[in-house]
Amino acid sequence: MARIALTGTRLRARRIDLGLRQADLARSAGISASYLNLIEHNRRRIGGKLLGALSVALSVDPASLTEGADSELLQNLNEITGAQQSRPSTRGGQPPESPEEFAGRFPGWAAQVTAQHRRIGALEATVANLTDRMTHDLHLSTALHDILSSVTAIRSTSTILTGDQRPDPVWQARFQRNIHEESARLAEASQALAGYLEEASDARSGTATPQEELEVWLAARDWHVVELEAPGAPDIDTLVADPVFRATGARRVARHWLSRSHEDAYALPLQEITSHLSEAWPDPGALAQQHNLPLALVLRRLAALPVDVAPGPAGLLIADGAGALTFRRPLDGFPLPRIGAGCPLWPLFEALQRPGQPIKAVVELPGPLARRFQTYAAVEVLRPGTFTQPPVVEAVMLILPLDGAGLSPARPVGSACRVCPRENCPARREPSVLEVAAGAISF
Amino acid sequence: MAGRVLLIEDEPNIIEAIRFILSRDGWHVDVHSIGETAVAAVHERAPDVLVLDVMLPGRSGYDILADLRADKVTEKLPVLMLTARGQKADRDMAMRAGADRFMTKPFANEDVLAAVRDLASA
Repeated sequence: MARIALTGTRLRARRIDLGLRQADLARSAGISASYLNLIEHNRRRIGGKLLGALSVALSVDPASLTEGADSELLQNLNEITGAQQSRPSTRGGQPPESPEEFAGRFPGWAAQVTAQHRRIGALEATVANLTDRMTHDLHLSTALHDILSSVTAIRSTSTILTGDQRPDPVWQARFQRNIHEESARLAEASQALAGYLEEASDARSGTATPQEELEVWLAARDWHVVELEAPGAPDIDTLVADPVFRATGARRVARHWLSRSHEDAYALPLQEITSHLSEAWPDPGALAQQHNLPLALVLRRLAALPVDVAPGPAGLLIADGAGALTFRRPLDGFPLPRIGAGCPLWPLFEALQRPGQPIKAVVELPGPLARRFQTYAAVEVLRPGTFTQPPVVEAVMLILPLDGAGLSPARPVGSACRVCPRENCPARREPSVLEVAAGAISF
Repeated sequence: MAGRVLLIEDEPNIIEAIRFILSRDGWHVDVHSIGETAVAAVHERAPDVLVLDVMLPGRSGYDILADLRADKVTEKLPVLMLTARGQKADRDMAMRAGADRFMTKPFANEDVLAAVRDLASA
Protein backbone atom coordinates (compact mmCIF):
# COMPACT_ATOMS: atom_id res chain seq x y z
CA MET A 1 0.00 0.00 0.00
CA ALA A 2 1.31 3.41 -0.90
CA ARG A 3 2.26 5.61 2.01
CA ILE A 4 1.12 9.09 1.16
CA ALA A 5 -0.43 11.82 3.25
CA LEU A 6 -1.14 15.52 3.05
CA THR A 7 0.21 18.07 5.48
CA GLY A 8 -3.13 18.41 7.25
CA THR A 9 -3.38 14.67 7.78
CA ARG A 10 0.15 14.48 9.18
CA LEU A 11 -0.58 17.41 11.44
CA ARG A 12 -3.70 15.74 12.75
CA ALA A 13 -1.87 12.44 13.33
CA ARG A 14 0.90 14.21 15.25
CA ARG A 15 -1.63 16.09 17.43
CA ILE A 16 -3.46 12.88 18.29
CA ASP A 17 -0.15 11.14 19.06
CA LEU A 18 0.61 13.90 21.53
CA GLY A 19 -2.87 13.66 23.06
CA LEU A 20 -3.60 17.31 22.29
CA ARG A 21 -7.15 18.57 21.83
CA GLN A 22 -7.88 20.44 18.61
CA ALA A 23 -9.01 23.53 20.54
CA ASP A 24 -5.79 23.62 22.58
CA LEU A 25 -3.53 23.35 19.54
CA ALA A 26 -5.58 25.96 17.69
CA ARG A 27 -5.30 28.38 20.60
CA SER A 28 -1.53 27.98 20.82
CA ALA A 29 -1.23 28.71 17.09
CA GLY A 30 -3.55 31.71 17.31
CA ILE A 31 -6.33 30.35 15.09
CA SER A 32 -9.83 29.05 15.67
CA ALA A 33 -10.52 25.37 16.25
CA SER A 34 -12.82 25.31 13.24
CA TYR A 35 -10.08 26.65 10.99
CA LEU A 36 -7.62 24.08 12.36
CA ASN A 37 -10.23 21.43 11.61
CA LEU A 38 -10.32 22.60 7.99
CA ILE A 39 -6.52 22.44 7.83
CA GLU A 40 -6.41 18.97 9.34
CA HIS A 41 -8.87 17.74 6.76
CA ASN A 42 -6.81 19.30 3.99
CA ARG A 43 -9.54 21.79 3.14
CA ARG A 44 -7.24 24.77 3.58
CA ARG A 45 -3.68 25.19 2.47
CA ILE A 46 -1.06 25.91 5.07
CA GLY A 47 2.36 27.46 4.93
CA GLY A 48 4.48 30.33 6.18
CA LYS A 49 4.06 31.57 9.73
CA LEU A 50 1.10 29.39 10.55
CA LEU A 51 2.95 26.21 9.60
CA GLY A 52 5.82 27.39 11.78
CA ALA A 53 3.56 28.06 14.75
CA LEU A 54 1.87 24.67 14.50
CA SER A 55 5.22 22.91 14.11
CA VAL A 56 6.49 24.55 17.29
CA ALA A 57 3.32 23.62 19.14
CA LEU A 58 3.67 20.02 17.93
CA SER A 59 7.46 19.93 18.51
CA VAL A 60 8.22 18.80 14.97
CA ASP A 61 10.31 20.07 12.11
CA PRO A 62 7.99 21.88 9.62
CA ALA A 63 9.62 19.93 6.80
CA SER A 64 8.45 16.65 8.30
CA LEU A 65 4.88 17.86 7.84
CA THR A 66 5.28 18.89 4.23
CA GLU A 67 8.09 16.98 2.54
CA GLY A 68 7.72 13.71 0.75
CA ALA A 69 3.98 13.85 0.46
CA ASP A 70 2.42 13.29 -2.92
CA SER A 71 0.37 16.34 -2.18
CA GLU A 72 -0.39 17.18 -5.79
CA LEU A 73 -2.10 13.87 -6.37
CA LEU A 74 -4.17 14.17 -3.19
CA GLN A 75 -4.97 17.79 -3.85
CA ASN A 76 -6.21 16.87 -7.31
CA LEU A 77 -8.35 14.08 -5.86
CA ASN A 78 -9.80 16.47 -3.29
CA GLU A 79 -10.55 18.90 -6.08
CA ILE A 80 -12.28 16.21 -8.12
CA THR A 81 -14.35 15.12 -5.13
CA GLY A 82 -15.39 18.71 -4.47
CA ALA A 83 -16.22 19.33 -8.12
CA GLN A 84 -18.35 16.20 -8.34
CA GLN A 85 -20.23 17.08 -5.15
CA SER A 86 -21.04 20.55 -6.50
CA ARG A 87 -22.58 19.14 -9.69
CA PRO A 88 -25.86 17.35 -10.16
CA SER A 89 -25.35 13.60 -10.04
CA THR A 90 -26.07 11.83 -13.30
CA ARG A 91 -25.41 8.30 -12.06
CA GLY A 92 -25.77 6.51 -8.80
CA GLY A 93 -22.88 5.96 -6.45
CA GLN A 94 -20.92 8.19 -4.13
CA PRO A 95 -17.34 9.36 -4.45
CA PRO A 96 -14.94 7.67 -2.03
CA GLU A 97 -15.16 9.00 1.51
CA SER A 98 -11.44 9.61 1.62
CA PRO A 99 -9.29 10.55 -1.37
CA GLU A 100 -6.31 9.47 0.69
CA GLU A 101 -7.75 6.02 1.13
CA PHE A 102 -8.43 5.79 -2.60
CA ALA A 103 -4.97 7.01 -3.55
CA GLY A 104 -3.38 4.74 -1.00
CA ARG A 105 -5.16 1.59 -2.15
CA PHE A 106 -5.24 2.29 -5.88
CA PRO A 107 -2.41 4.69 -6.71
CA GLY A 108 -2.45 3.79 -10.43
CA TRP A 109 -6.16 4.40 -10.76
CA ALA A 110 -5.84 7.59 -8.73
CA ALA A 111 -3.23 8.88 -11.17
CA GLN A 112 -5.49 7.92 -14.09
CA VAL A 113 -8.45 9.74 -12.54
CA THR A 114 -6.47 12.90 -11.97
CA ALA A 115 -5.07 12.76 -15.52
CA GLN A 116 -8.61 12.47 -16.90
CA HIS A 117 -9.74 15.29 -14.64
CA ARG A 118 -6.97 17.53 -15.97
CA ARG A 119 -7.96 16.62 -19.53
CA ILE A 120 -11.60 17.52 -18.80
CA GLY A 121 -10.49 20.79 -17.24
CA ALA A 122 -8.43 21.63 -20.33
CA LEU A 123 -11.38 20.83 -22.61
CA GLU A 124 -13.73 22.94 -20.48
CA ALA A 125 -11.26 25.82 -20.68
CA THR A 126 -11.14 25.43 -24.46
CA VAL A 127 -14.94 25.51 -24.66
CA ALA A 128 -15.03 28.57 -22.42
CA ASN A 129 -12.40 30.30 -24.56
CA LEU A 130 -14.23 29.56 -27.79
CA THR A 131 -17.54 30.72 -26.32
CA ASP A 132 -15.81 33.80 -25.00
CA ARG A 133 -14.33 34.43 -28.44
CA MET A 134 -17.67 33.93 -30.22
CA THR A 135 -19.29 36.41 -27.86
CA HIS A 136 -16.69 39.11 -27.71
CA ASP A 137 -14.44 38.81 -30.75
CA LEU A 138 -15.42 41.73 -32.95
CA HIS A 139 -13.42 40.43 -35.91
CA LEU A 140 -15.06 37.02 -35.82
CA SER A 141 -18.51 38.52 -35.33
CA THR A 142 -18.03 40.88 -38.28
CA ALA A 143 -16.69 38.10 -40.51
CA LEU A 144 -19.70 35.89 -39.74
CA HIS A 145 -22.04 38.79 -40.35
CA ASP A 146 -20.47 39.40 -43.79
CA ILE A 147 -20.78 35.75 -44.71
CA LEU A 148 -24.42 35.57 -43.61
CA SER A 149 -25.22 38.74 -45.54
CA SER A 150 -23.75 37.29 -48.74
CA VAL A 151 -25.56 33.99 -48.21
CA THR A 152 -28.81 35.90 -47.68
CA ALA A 153 -28.39 37.91 -50.85
CA ILE A 154 -27.52 34.81 -52.88
CA ARG A 155 -30.38 32.76 -51.49
CA SER A 156 -32.94 35.49 -51.94
CA THR A 157 -31.79 36.39 -55.44
CA SER A 158 -31.50 32.81 -56.68
CA THR A 159 -35.01 32.09 -55.41
CA ILE A 160 -36.28 34.95 -57.55
CA LEU A 161 -34.43 33.64 -60.60
CA THR A 162 -35.66 30.06 -60.21
CA GLY A 163 -39.20 30.80 -59.03
CA ASP A 164 -42.42 30.44 -61.00
CA GLN A 165 -42.57 34.12 -61.85
CA ARG A 166 -39.31 34.71 -63.68
CA PRO A 167 -38.25 38.36 -63.90
CA ASP A 168 -37.79 39.99 -67.29
CA PRO A 169 -34.42 39.62 -69.07
CA VAL A 170 -33.09 42.96 -67.78
CA TRP A 171 -33.76 42.01 -64.18
CA GLN A 172 -32.46 38.49 -64.79
CA ALA A 173 -29.13 39.92 -65.96
CA ARG A 174 -29.04 42.26 -63.03
CA PHE A 175 -29.69 39.47 -60.51
CA GLN A 176 -27.13 37.19 -62.15
CA ARG A 177 -24.57 39.95 -61.77
CA ASN A 178 -25.58 40.36 -58.10
CA ILE A 179 -25.14 36.64 -57.45
CA HIS A 180 -21.74 36.74 -59.11
CA GLU A 181 -20.71 39.69 -56.93
CA GLU A 182 -21.97 38.08 -53.76
CA SER A 183 -20.38 34.71 -54.50
CA ALA A 184 -17.02 36.44 -54.97
CA ARG A 185 -17.54 38.34 -51.73
CA LEU A 186 -18.55 35.13 -49.98
CA ALA A 187 -15.42 33.34 -51.16
CA GLU A 188 -13.25 36.21 -50.01
CA ALA A 189 -14.94 36.44 -46.59
CA SER A 190 -14.71 32.66 -46.10
CA GLN A 191 -11.01 32.64 -46.92
CA ALA A 192 -10.38 35.55 -44.57
CA LEU A 193 -12.29 33.80 -41.80
CA ALA A 194 -10.43 30.52 -42.33
CA GLY A 195 -7.11 32.39 -42.22
CA TYR A 196 -8.13 34.18 -39.06
CA LEU A 197 -9.19 30.98 -37.32
CA GLU A 198 -6.00 29.21 -38.38
CA GLU A 199 -3.96 32.07 -37.00
CA ALA A 200 -5.93 32.04 -33.77
CA SER A 201 -5.36 28.33 -33.28
CA ASP A 202 -1.72 28.44 -34.32
CA ALA A 203 -0.12 25.86 -32.06
CA ARG A 204 3.17 27.68 -32.20
CA SER A 205 2.05 30.60 -30.13
CA GLY A 206 -1.72 30.42 -29.73
CA THR A 207 -1.84 34.18 -30.17
CA ALA A 208 -4.32 36.36 -32.00
CA THR A 209 -3.99 39.94 -30.81
CA PRO A 210 -1.01 42.29 -30.37
CA GLN A 211 -1.50 42.17 -26.60
CA GLU A 212 -1.44 38.38 -26.64
CA GLU A 213 1.76 38.37 -28.70
CA LEU A 214 3.39 40.66 -26.16
CA GLU A 215 2.19 38.46 -23.30
CA VAL A 216 3.56 35.33 -24.99
CA TRP A 217 6.90 37.06 -25.50
CA LEU A 218 7.05 38.23 -21.88
CA ALA A 219 5.99 34.81 -20.56
CA ALA A 220 8.88 33.21 -22.44
CA ARG A 221 11.16 35.57 -20.47
CA ASP A 222 9.44 34.85 -17.15
CA TRP A 223 7.94 38.35 -17.32
CA HIS A 224 11.29 40.01 -16.69
CA VAL A 225 13.19 41.83 -19.46
CA VAL A 226 16.74 42.00 -18.20
CA GLU A 227 17.80 44.39 -20.99
CA LEU A 228 15.58 47.09 -19.47
CA GLU A 229 17.43 47.01 -16.15
CA ALA A 230 20.85 47.98 -17.48
CA PRO A 231 21.92 51.63 -17.39
CA GLY A 232 21.51 53.53 -20.64
CA ALA A 233 18.91 53.26 -23.34
CA PRO A 234 17.92 49.69 -24.21
CA ASP A 235 17.92 48.53 -27.81
CA ILE A 236 14.15 48.27 -28.11
CA ASP A 237 14.34 47.93 -31.91
CA THR A 238 16.21 44.65 -31.52
CA LEU A 239 13.79 43.40 -28.87
CA VAL A 240 10.70 44.06 -30.97
CA ALA A 241 12.33 42.49 -34.03
CA ASP A 242 11.66 39.10 -32.40
CA PRO A 243 9.61 36.96 -34.82
CA VAL A 244 7.01 36.42 -32.08
CA PHE A 245 5.75 39.87 -33.03
CA ARG A 246 4.21 39.08 -36.36
CA ALA A 247 2.45 42.32 -37.18
CA THR A 248 3.15 46.02 -37.00
CA GLY A 249 0.46 46.43 -34.37
CA ALA A 250 2.10 43.88 -32.08
CA ARG A 251 5.49 45.54 -32.45
CA ARG A 252 3.94 48.91 -31.64
CA VAL A 253 2.26 47.54 -28.51
CA ALA A 254 5.53 45.86 -27.47
CA ARG A 255 7.54 49.01 -28.09
CA HIS A 256 5.18 51.04 -25.92
CA TRP A 257 5.28 48.45 -23.15
CA LEU A 258 9.06 48.16 -23.20
CA SER A 259 9.58 51.93 -23.22
CA ARG A 260 7.36 52.36 -20.23
CA SER A 261 8.90 49.40 -18.43
CA HIS A 262 12.32 50.95 -18.96
CA GLU A 263 11.06 54.22 -17.46
CA ASP A 264 9.65 52.22 -14.54
CA ALA A 265 13.02 50.49 -14.04
CA TYR A 266 14.82 53.84 -14.11
CA ALA A 267 12.42 55.31 -11.53
CA LEU A 268 12.59 52.27 -9.25
CA PRO A 269 15.80 50.29 -9.86
CA LEU A 270 15.91 46.61 -9.04
CA GLN A 271 18.40 47.08 -6.20
CA GLU A 272 16.02 49.50 -4.49
CA ILE A 273 13.32 46.83 -4.51
CA THR A 274 15.58 43.97 -3.44
CA SER A 275 16.60 45.89 -0.34
CA HIS A 276 12.96 45.68 0.77
CA LEU A 277 12.52 42.01 -0.08
CA SER A 278 12.48 39.17 2.38
CA GLU A 279 10.49 35.94 2.22
CA ALA A 280 7.36 38.02 1.83
CA TRP A 281 6.30 40.64 -0.67
CA PRO A 282 6.92 44.23 0.43
CA ASP A 283 4.03 46.58 1.08
CA PRO A 284 3.57 48.33 -2.30
CA GLY A 285 2.01 51.36 -0.63
CA ALA A 286 4.98 51.87 1.66
CA LEU A 287 7.38 51.36 -1.23
CA ALA A 288 5.56 53.97 -3.31
CA GLN A 289 5.53 56.43 -0.44
CA GLN A 290 9.18 55.92 0.43
CA HIS A 291 10.32 56.53 -3.14
CA ASN A 292 7.65 59.12 -3.91
CA LEU A 293 6.39 57.14 -6.90
CA PRO A 294 2.95 56.38 -8.29
CA LEU A 295 1.54 53.21 -6.77
CA ALA A 296 0.64 51.89 -10.22
CA LEU A 297 4.32 52.06 -11.22
CA VAL A 298 5.33 50.10 -8.10
CA LEU A 299 2.71 47.44 -8.85
CA ARG A 300 4.04 47.05 -12.39
CA ARG A 301 7.61 46.79 -11.10
CA LEU A 302 6.76 44.14 -8.51
CA ALA A 303 5.14 42.06 -11.24
CA ALA A 304 8.30 42.34 -13.35
CA LEU A 305 10.83 41.01 -10.84
CA PRO A 306 13.15 38.19 -11.92
CA VAL A 307 12.04 34.79 -10.62
CA ASP A 308 15.15 34.36 -8.47
CA VAL A 309 14.40 37.64 -6.70
CA ALA A 310 10.59 37.63 -6.40
CA PRO A 311 9.22 36.14 -3.18
CA GLY A 312 6.77 34.13 -5.27
CA PRO A 313 4.59 34.16 -8.36
CA ALA A 314 2.54 37.25 -9.15
CA GLY A 315 -0.18 38.25 -11.57
CA LEU A 316 -0.83 41.65 -13.10
CA LEU A 317 -3.85 43.14 -14.82
CA ILE A 318 -4.12 46.50 -16.52
CA ALA A 319 -7.38 48.02 -17.75
CA ASP A 320 -8.06 51.21 -19.65
CA GLY A 321 -10.68 53.76 -18.67
CA ALA A 322 -13.39 51.75 -20.42
CA GLY A 323 -12.53 48.69 -18.35
CA ALA A 324 -11.01 46.78 -21.28
CA LEU A 325 -8.11 44.58 -20.23
CA THR A 326 -4.99 45.77 -22.01
CA PHE A 327 -2.45 43.57 -20.23
CA ARG A 328 -2.66 40.22 -18.49
CA ARG A 329 0.04 38.42 -16.57
CA PRO A 330 -1.77 35.24 -15.55
CA LEU A 331 -1.33 33.56 -12.20
CA ASP A 332 -1.96 29.93 -11.31
CA GLY A 333 -5.44 29.60 -9.78
CA PHE A 334 -6.58 33.02 -11.00
CA PRO A 335 -7.93 32.34 -14.51
CA LEU A 336 -8.21 35.40 -16.75
CA PRO A 337 -10.56 35.84 -19.69
CA ARG A 338 -8.60 35.79 -22.92
CA ILE A 339 -11.09 38.03 -24.64
CA GLY A 340 -13.68 40.38 -23.26
CA ALA A 341 -14.28 41.82 -19.86
CA GLY A 342 -13.31 40.34 -16.52
CA CYS A 343 -15.23 40.09 -13.26
CA PRO A 344 -16.89 43.44 -12.40
CA LEU A 345 -16.09 42.79 -8.73
CA TRP A 346 -12.33 42.82 -9.21
CA PRO A 347 -10.63 45.59 -7.19
CA LEU A 348 -9.17 46.68 -10.54
CA PHE A 349 -12.55 48.09 -11.55
CA GLU A 350 -13.28 49.47 -8.09
CA ALA A 351 -10.08 51.49 -8.46
CA LEU A 352 -11.36 52.87 -11.77
CA GLN A 353 -14.50 54.07 -10.00
CA ARG A 354 -12.41 55.81 -7.31
CA PRO A 355 -9.29 56.94 -9.14
CA GLY A 356 -7.67 58.66 -6.15
CA GLN A 357 -8.17 55.75 -3.75
CA PRO A 358 -5.75 52.79 -3.81
CA ILE A 359 -7.45 49.47 -3.11
CA LYS A 360 -6.09 46.58 -1.06
CA ALA A 361 -8.38 43.57 -0.91
CA VAL A 362 -8.29 39.83 -0.41
CA VAL A 363 -10.33 38.09 -3.10
CA GLU A 364 -11.55 34.50 -3.29
CA LEU A 365 -12.04 32.61 -6.56
CA PRO A 366 -14.85 30.06 -6.87
CA GLY A 367 -14.07 26.36 -6.85
CA PRO A 368 -13.56 23.50 -4.45
CA LEU A 369 -10.31 24.95 -3.13
CA ALA A 370 -11.65 28.52 -2.90
CA ARG A 371 -8.25 30.00 -3.62
CA ARG A 372 -7.53 33.40 -2.13
CA PHE A 373 -5.32 36.19 -3.38
CA GLN A 374 -4.05 39.48 -2.01
CA THR A 375 -4.69 42.24 -4.52
CA TYR A 376 -3.51 45.82 -4.76
CA ALA A 377 -5.10 48.16 -7.29
CA ALA A 378 -4.45 51.76 -8.24
CA VAL A 379 -5.20 54.16 -11.05
CA GLU A 380 -2.63 56.17 -12.94
CA VAL A 381 -3.52 59.30 -14.91
CA LEU A 382 -1.84 58.99 -18.29
CA ARG A 383 -3.07 62.35 -19.54
CA PRO A 384 -4.74 64.92 -17.28
CA GLY A 385 -8.14 66.20 -18.27
CA THR A 386 -8.67 69.64 -19.75
CA PHE A 387 -11.76 71.78 -20.21
CA THR A 388 -12.31 70.11 -23.57
CA GLN A 389 -10.89 66.62 -23.08
CA PRO A 390 -11.50 64.03 -20.35
CA PRO A 391 -8.49 62.56 -18.53
CA VAL A 392 -7.00 59.32 -19.83
CA VAL A 393 -6.54 56.86 -17.01
CA GLU A 394 -5.40 53.30 -16.53
CA ALA A 395 -5.98 50.91 -13.63
CA VAL A 396 -3.35 48.41 -12.49
CA MET A 397 -3.88 45.43 -10.19
CA LEU A 398 -1.17 43.24 -8.67
CA ILE A 399 -2.32 39.75 -7.66
CA LEU A 400 -0.40 37.68 -5.11
CA PRO A 401 -1.32 34.17 -3.92
CA LEU A 402 -2.19 33.83 -0.25
CA ASP A 403 -1.03 30.82 1.75
CA GLY A 404 -2.92 29.79 4.86
CA ALA A 405 -5.95 31.59 3.51
CA GLY A 406 -9.22 31.74 5.37
CA LEU A 407 -8.14 33.89 8.28
CA SER A 408 -9.50 37.15 6.93
CA PRO A 409 -12.73 38.02 5.15
CA ALA A 410 -12.41 37.76 1.38
CA ARG A 411 -14.36 39.29 -1.47
CA PRO A 412 -15.93 36.58 -3.64
CA VAL A 413 -14.98 37.25 -7.24
CA GLY A 414 -14.73 35.25 -10.46
CA SER A 415 -12.84 35.17 -13.72
CA ALA A 416 -15.53 36.34 -16.15
CA CYS A 417 -19.29 35.86 -16.08
CA ARG A 418 -19.20 33.40 -18.99
CA VAL A 419 -17.09 30.96 -17.02
CA CYS A 420 -18.09 31.82 -13.45
CA PRO A 421 -20.28 29.38 -11.48
CA ARG A 422 -21.52 31.92 -8.87
CA GLU A 423 -25.21 31.70 -9.65
CA ASN A 424 -26.61 34.58 -7.60
CA CYS A 425 -23.89 37.13 -8.13
CA PRO A 426 -25.43 40.62 -8.19
CA ALA A 427 -22.80 41.76 -10.71
CA ARG A 428 -23.54 39.02 -13.24
CA ARG A 429 -23.92 40.47 -16.74
CA GLU A 430 -24.61 37.28 -18.68
CA PRO A 431 -25.30 33.59 -18.04
CA SER A 432 -22.43 31.22 -17.41
CA VAL A 433 -21.63 28.52 -19.95
CA LEU A 434 -20.95 26.26 -16.97
CA GLU A 435 -24.61 26.59 -15.96
CA VAL A 436 -25.69 25.99 -19.55
CA ALA A 437 -23.48 22.92 -19.74
CA ALA A 438 -25.12 21.58 -16.59
CA GLY A 439 -28.55 22.22 -18.11
CA ALA A 440 -29.53 24.64 -15.37
CA ILE A 441 -29.84 28.18 -16.69
CA SER A 442 -30.86 30.35 -13.79
CA PHE A 443 -30.16 33.79 -15.22
CA MET B 1 -53.98 45.39 -49.83
CA ALA B 2 -50.55 46.72 -50.71
CA GLY B 3 -49.11 49.88 -49.25
CA ARG B 4 -45.80 51.50 -48.48
CA VAL B 5 -42.84 49.65 -47.06
CA LEU B 6 -39.67 51.33 -45.84
CA LEU B 7 -36.67 49.02 -45.97
CA ILE B 8 -33.76 50.11 -43.77
CA GLU B 9 -30.86 47.92 -44.83
CA ASP B 10 -27.28 48.57 -45.94
CA GLU B 11 -26.47 45.53 -48.09
CA PRO B 12 -27.14 46.56 -51.73
CA ASN B 13 -27.91 43.10 -53.09
CA ILE B 14 -30.23 42.23 -50.21
CA ILE B 15 -31.99 45.55 -50.80
CA GLU B 16 -32.39 44.74 -54.47
CA ALA B 17 -33.84 41.29 -53.79
CA ILE B 18 -36.30 42.42 -51.10
CA ARG B 19 -37.37 45.45 -53.12
CA PHE B 20 -38.03 43.23 -56.11
CA ILE B 21 -40.18 40.67 -54.31
CA LEU B 22 -42.19 43.32 -52.47
CA SER B 23 -42.63 45.51 -55.56
CA ARG B 24 -43.78 42.50 -57.56
CA ASP B 25 -46.42 41.98 -54.89
CA GLY B 26 -47.67 45.53 -55.37
CA TRP B 27 -45.87 47.30 -52.53
CA HIS B 28 -44.27 50.68 -52.91
CA VAL B 29 -40.80 50.23 -51.46
CA ASP B 30 -38.58 53.01 -50.17
CA VAL B 31 -35.04 52.31 -49.08
CA HIS B 32 -32.77 53.93 -46.52
CA SER B 33 -29.29 52.72 -45.55
CA ILE B 34 -27.91 55.00 -42.86
CA GLY B 35 -28.60 54.26 -39.20
CA GLU B 36 -28.06 57.78 -37.91
CA THR B 37 -30.80 59.29 -40.11
CA ALA B 38 -33.16 56.32 -40.10
CA VAL B 39 -35.68 57.81 -37.64
CA ALA B 40 -36.01 60.95 -39.75
CA ALA B 41 -36.49 58.77 -42.83
CA VAL B 42 -39.37 56.93 -41.14
CA HIS B 43 -41.09 60.23 -40.35
CA GLU B 44 -40.53 61.48 -43.86
CA ARG B 45 -41.72 58.34 -45.69
CA ALA B 46 -44.53 57.42 -43.25
CA PRO B 47 -44.57 53.73 -44.26
CA ASP B 48 -47.28 51.19 -43.45
CA VAL B 49 -44.62 48.61 -42.55
CA LEU B 50 -40.97 49.02 -41.60
CA VAL B 51 -38.40 46.33 -42.44
CA LEU B 52 -35.41 47.10 -40.25
CA ASP B 53 -31.95 45.54 -40.25
CA VAL B 54 -30.11 45.36 -36.91
CA MET B 55 -26.52 46.05 -37.94
CA LEU B 56 -26.45 49.37 -39.73
CA PRO B 57 -23.71 51.94 -40.21
CA GLY B 58 -23.91 54.63 -37.57
CA ARG B 59 -26.62 53.22 -35.36
CA SER B 60 -28.09 49.84 -34.44
CA GLY B 61 -31.59 48.79 -35.41
CA TYR B 62 -32.40 48.28 -31.72
CA ASP B 63 -31.68 51.93 -30.94
CA ILE B 64 -33.67 53.11 -33.94
CA LEU B 65 -36.63 50.99 -32.91
CA ALA B 66 -36.46 52.23 -29.31
CA ASP B 67 -36.70 55.81 -30.60
CA LEU B 68 -39.65 54.94 -32.81
CA ARG B 69 -41.52 53.28 -29.94
CA ALA B 70 -40.96 56.33 -27.74
CA ASP B 71 -42.59 58.60 -30.32
CA LYS B 72 -46.41 58.95 -30.41
CA VAL B 73 -46.39 59.11 -34.21
CA THR B 74 -44.47 55.87 -34.74
CA GLU B 75 -45.12 53.91 -31.56
CA LYS B 76 -47.51 51.53 -33.31
CA LEU B 77 -45.71 51.25 -36.65
CA PRO B 78 -45.48 47.52 -37.57
CA VAL B 79 -41.80 46.53 -37.64
CA LEU B 80 -40.11 43.43 -39.03
CA MET B 81 -36.52 43.13 -37.80
CA LEU B 82 -33.86 41.34 -39.82
CA THR B 83 -30.60 40.18 -38.31
CA ALA B 84 -27.70 37.84 -38.93
CA ARG B 85 -27.65 36.99 -35.22
CA GLY B 86 -30.24 34.42 -34.27
CA GLN B 87 -29.47 33.63 -30.66
CA LYS B 88 -32.24 33.72 -28.08
CA ALA B 89 -30.67 36.80 -26.50
CA ASP B 90 -30.91 38.65 -29.84
CA ARG B 91 -34.51 37.62 -30.29
CA ASP B 92 -35.32 38.74 -26.75
CA MET B 93 -33.59 42.04 -27.33
CA ALA B 94 -35.60 42.65 -30.50
CA MET B 95 -38.85 41.89 -28.71
CA ARG B 96 -37.92 44.12 -25.78
CA ALA B 97 -37.11 46.93 -28.19
CA GLY B 98 -40.63 46.55 -29.59
CA ALA B 99 -40.27 44.51 -32.79
CA ASP B 100 -43.48 42.88 -34.07
CA ARG B 101 -41.60 40.22 -36.03
CA PHE B 102 -38.01 38.99 -35.98
CA MET B 103 -36.36 37.13 -38.84
CA THR B 104 -32.81 35.80 -39.08
CA LYS B 105 -30.66 35.85 -42.19
CA PRO B 106 -30.60 33.98 -44.47
CA PHE B 107 -34.38 34.18 -44.76
CA ALA B 108 -36.79 32.81 -47.36
CA ASN B 109 -38.40 35.35 -49.68
CA GLU B 110 -41.88 33.99 -49.08
CA ASP B 111 -41.43 34.41 -45.32
CA VAL B 112 -40.51 38.08 -45.69
CA LEU B 113 -43.45 38.63 -48.00
CA ALA B 114 -45.85 36.82 -45.66
CA ALA B 115 -44.60 38.79 -42.65
CA VAL B 116 -45.05 42.13 -44.40
CA ARG B 117 -48.57 41.17 -45.51
CA ASP B 118 -49.48 40.04 -41.99
CA LEU B 119 -48.12 43.16 -40.38
CA ALA B 120 -49.96 45.45 -42.79
CA SER B 121 -53.28 43.73 -42.23
CA ALA B 122 -52.97 43.39 -38.45
